[in-house]
Amino acid sequence: MARFGMVVDTVRCVGCMDCVVACKTENEVPEGLCRDWIVTEATGAFPDTRLEFRSERCNHCDHPPCVYCCPTGASHVEEYGHLVQITKELCIGCKACLASCPYDARYIHPEGYADKCTFCVHRMKQGLPPACVAVCPTNCMHFGDLDDPHSEVSRLLASRRQHALQPEAGTGPRIFFLT
Amino acid sequence: MIEFTSTRANHLVDPFLHVWGWEIPVYLFLGGLVAGMMAIAGWFLFADRHRKVDSVMALLPGLGMVLLSLGMGALFLDLEHKPYVWRLYTTFELASPMSWGAWILVAVYPALLGALLLSVPAFLRQRFPALAALSDGLRARTPVVRVIAAANMVLGGLLGIYTGILLSALGARPLWNSAVLGPLFLASGLSSAAALVHMVARNRAESELLARADNRFLQAEVVLLALFLIGLLSATQVHMRAAGLVLGGPFTAVFWVGVVGIGIAVPLFIQSLAVSHRIRHTPVAPLLVLSGGLLLRIVIVYAGQVSRWGPL
Amino acid sequence: MQALSRRRFLQVSAGAASLAVAGGAATRVRSAREPGARGADRVRKVPTFCDLCFWKCGAIAYVKNDRLWKIEGNPEDPLSRGRLCPRGTGGVGAHFDTQRLTAPLMRKQVRGAEQWVVVTWDEALGHVAGKLQEIKSRYGPEALALFSHGIGGNFLKHTLKAYGTPNIAAPSYAQCRGSRDVGFMLTFGEEVGSPERTDIRNARCLTLLGSHLGENMHNTQAQEFAEAVGSGASIIVADPRLSVAASKAKYYLPIKPGTDTALLLAWMNVLVGEKLYDREYVAAHGFGFDAFAAEIAPYTPEWAYPITTIPPELIRESAREMARHRPASLVHPGRHVTWYGNDAQRSRAVALLNALLGTWGRKGGFYQPASMNVPEYPYPPYPHAERGRADNPGKRYPFAETAITTGLRDATLTGVPYPVKGWMVYATNLLQALPDEAETIRAIQKLDLVVVLDVIPSEIAGWADVVLPEAVYLERYDDLNVEVFREPFIALRQPVVAAPADQKPNWWIARELALKLGLQAYYPWKHVEEYLDTRLKGAGFSLAELKTKGLVRGKQPPVFYEEGVQPGFPTPSGKIEFYSLQLKAAGFDAVPRYQPTAEPPLGAFRLLYGRAPMHSFSRTQTNPLLGEMMSENEVWLNAAVARRLGLESGAWVRLRNQDGKRSNRVRVRPTERIRGDCVYLVHGFGHTARGLQARFKKGASDAGLITRYERDPLMGGTGMSVNFVTLEPEA
Repeated sequence: MARFGMVVDTVRCVGCMDCVVACKTENEVPEGLCRDWIVTEATGAFPDTRLEFRSERCNHCDHPPCVYCCPTGASHVEEYGHLVQITKELCIGCKACLASCPYDARYIHPEGYADKCTFCVHRMKQGLPPACVAVCPTNCMHFGDLDDPHSEVSRLLASRRQHALQPEAGTGPRIFFLT
Repeated sequence: MIEFTSTRANHLVDPFLHVWGWEIPVYLFLGGLVAGMMAIAGWFLFADRHRKVDSVMALLPGLGMVLLSLGMGALFLDLEHKPYVWRLYTTFELASPMSWGAWILVAVYPALLGALLLSVPAFLRQRFPALAALSDGLRARTPVVRVIAAANMVLGGLLGIYTGILLSALGARPLWNSAVLGPLFLASGLSSAAALVHMVARNRAESELLARADNRFLQAEVVLLALFLIGLLSATQVHMRAAGLVLGGPFTAVFWVGVVGIGIAVPLFIQSLAVSHRIRHTPVAPLLVLSGGLLLRIVIVYAGQVSRWGPL
Repeated sequence: MQALSRRRFLQVSAGAASLAVAGGAATRVRSAREPGARGADRVRKVPTFCDLCFWKCGAIAYVKNDRLWKIEGNPEDPLSRGRLCPRGTGGVGAHFDTQRLTAPLMRKQVRGAEQWVVVTWDEALGHVAGKLQEIKSRYGPEALALFSHGIGGNFLKHTLKAYGTPNIAAPSYAQCRGSRDVGFMLTFGEEVGSPERTDIRNARCLTLLGSHLGENMHNTQAQEFAEAVGSGASIIVADPRLSVAASKAKYYLPIKPGTDTALLLAWMNVLVGEKLYDREYVAAHGFGFDAFAAEIAPYTPEWAYPITTIPPELIRESAREMARHRPASLVHPGRHVTWYGNDAQRSRAVALLNALLGTWGRKGGFYQPASMNVPEYPYPPYPHAERGRADNPGKRYPFAETAITTGLRDATLTGVPYPVKGWMVYATNLLQALPDEAETIRAIQKLDLVVVLDVIPSEIAGWADVVLPEAVYLERYDDLNVEVFREPFIALRQPVVAAPADQKPNWWIARELALKLGLQAYYPWKHVEEYLDTRLKGAGFSLAELKTKGLVRGKQPPVFYEEGVQPGFPTPSGKIEFYSLQLKAAGFDAVPRYQPTAEPPLGAFRLLYGRAPMHSFSRTQTNPLLGEMMSENEVWLNAAVARRLGLESGAWVRLRNQDGKRSNRVRVRPTERIRGDCVYLVHGFGHTARGLQARFKKGASDAGLITRYERDPLMGGTGMSVNFVTLEPEA
């Protein structure tokens, strides 16, 4: 089975938040909450300031601390794409997973269960890309099978400078940012 | 200089994690307290103190069950998806300290019940002769007593340590990244339990014994706290920054004055004088120890949520 | 006893172990269980085009179980290519906005008090018609001015032209891109237009003068910008603020505000002096080049340095970079370029720089747009307006081709050339769009009638006599979009969901008003579907077809000289006018010269404003999705200056301008992304309309601080970046 991941080209990204809005409408994310967000980092002094824009979300880690700490198995790694998903009927809302995530990618849904980016698995099963990838007007978001050396994401990772978020946390994040 | 902006403003997560409020420190405190009480109960069972008429053993298991239930009540209040709480008990997740804890808690009640059955209080023995008979029957069987004693000590130890591992397994919060947190919480639990039991014990020998034990536990706590901070300060910059929260940061005062000063140093001093009979025993030292135990949990839980990995 | 205990112990531990194994296995990988999936959802897809800004991207709206769900781009649409910008994606919020106008209103107190009586459409339109007839009989139909922005105003324009007024204006001319189009018209004989005829996607070098593509989110422009960046094109940005675009630039020129013309002249000086310009192109198509070259000879990079604060070598390097990639070296004309009052001439300088690089008509430069042939609806001719337009008496602004909004405001205030006694306003928040709010309010007080059609209770609606609530684009038909673009197409806007309250589409309002005015001859059709079908059938299509597909594309014609387009320049000389005799004859500079603009007083900062990608003007702040993305603006201040002033990140301040006007409180954003002599605000915040409760007084209004403006002598555009502010800390 594939191991899905995402590659975000920060050189093309303009930080417009289209991915945030698209995710909210596609997944009916409640007001005040978001599954993905834009981070802007500015380093240096004017006029030599450098900017990086990142569209961040759950990294669907290879070694997900949120899955390890979940006492009911609600947070689990799904066969489809080896993505990290949450079964809300098993969630008790203890929030250990929120505390365990070094990326603070999770939130508690108003109905009480933990929630986060699902990689739009419902769309992927229809052959569509995740909403954020589909909408991006700068076409800077890519997703695909990291275990397939010929996939777009693998080719991008093989040819471009990149970094992931807090790799030292040991979580094995699967979202990569091209620089 | 880095200008860092994030558009995320999720409830409970931003600007810093605040998923756990008073409920969790209260549970951790009561859990640690009961863990210590179980260790003491086990010890007293091994020492045959349950046969003594005025032993605090008559009170200990029952009080432990009540306190633990209060703690679990606090835990339940914290849950966001309460109707599904029973899902804790349809599985066992090996990697999840919370799952371990859920099952340990389940095992704790029978252990406490066993201890209770071995030392039924006098007024209950009179009321329920059948209960008295059962208690006598169990008491007569030394292996049963040993098993119950061992179970209380082991489960007490597990309960005490797991409350620390619960936090230390959450690597995303650097303040909690310490293997010392488990033993620290256990030592604190033992100390709180010794203080409480010393306060309520009517038997002079038991009371003295527990006061002396409490002093040892308090000293151990000091050592463990020092190791905890040293561990953080000799790790990465992220961990040093986390330690900074109590070394100059916003939690400095409540930690040093509340936890270390009023919660450990002052009662240790008072209680040392008391056990060497320079002054009389009063509830002051035990109450300070108990409040210090609660404050320790409060500081660790709140400050831990503020500590983070990035950005630097 | 011991046996029991040992056996029990073993049983307990065996049980625990098996649980552990089972639990562990279950943790690893579980079979799929979709959260929230329901197989029985009914999903309807309706194509339309977006109305969150004026780009009109083709969109497909999704309705799930009779509730508006989401909007995606129409993959067939050449403008959006299947991807909408954040505003378009958040378009569902326009339907769900709880601050929307819900019923026709008539004021029951003085203008501006925002006290209303809810009335029926019949009452409201009857009243408006009555007042319009009064104005017509007392002052003539020309005394009625229509301020209209966007395609939704087409039917209203039709009604009012039938009524007899020529005074129809949009702020997009004098407050936005008018000066640019005049500058290009004077050089190439044609406008830049909207969508801009820029071939960014093929540019190998893209030069932006203040254009903040990526924050300014005109979809195709932003998409093509990313394409250019992604393909390694060189980006050159001159901007006092390090915009998102500037962060991707090979050369960033942190130019002093007000001095752009000097930079343009210096760039041209380098291209001409070092013979880097497209000599063949200039020789073939240029007029007056030698005179032009002589004029710009003194404007060396060394001359420009003290003016612009850009080091001469950087000016030279960037000019050489531009030349290196010509003709695919587009110098972007910008869009909102009404900055300092001399903007038409500056835009002409941009046009001239393009001419030197040979970009007009070439790939990677400017293409020749086309449109499909769709006949107009056969109406009777409009009455001839006896008096001409009132906005430009005596052709004071000789090169203004389109109506000047602020000119109409002048006529209202002064009665010259004749009194203007009524305003109808469609979809433009004049209080935030026109400079100097106080002047707009003074003009309003002179009117016998103010009617505002809007979707939210905007500031301008607050000053109306009658407020008419329009249905948002997802709830209505509009006129056909017969787009003028590199690829011609016709698009349909059609209702997706019903309006939630008593809001009506513009075609119905315009028609009802016309009927009440006795203008039924101009509305032979009863429902807009008849109108649309008639026009479409005239072009060989049908409404049914458009309703299914949303748009139909025409044949792709050649768009570049390389593809066979014949070069042609509708100028007096028939060529690219490097030297403009018509400007000279009108008393203006034949070749642009640098004219300094007023400096900020000591301790004050020039106020600059711009766009955010999730908002359109002042009309989206209450959209629940978009308002959540950005709920207020901040004032950008250079970090070193902030330290000097003792202002920390997030501190509250008020901005006070040179005329003493104070803004609402706003948070400071100290940043290494802006010069020390200016501050920056995203436009559209600091709402003062009480009806916009959720956003009332959130952030500061740049428009409120624009009390001073400079008029462009060529075409009447209003330069608005001429206000200076100080920051007053707020407790």
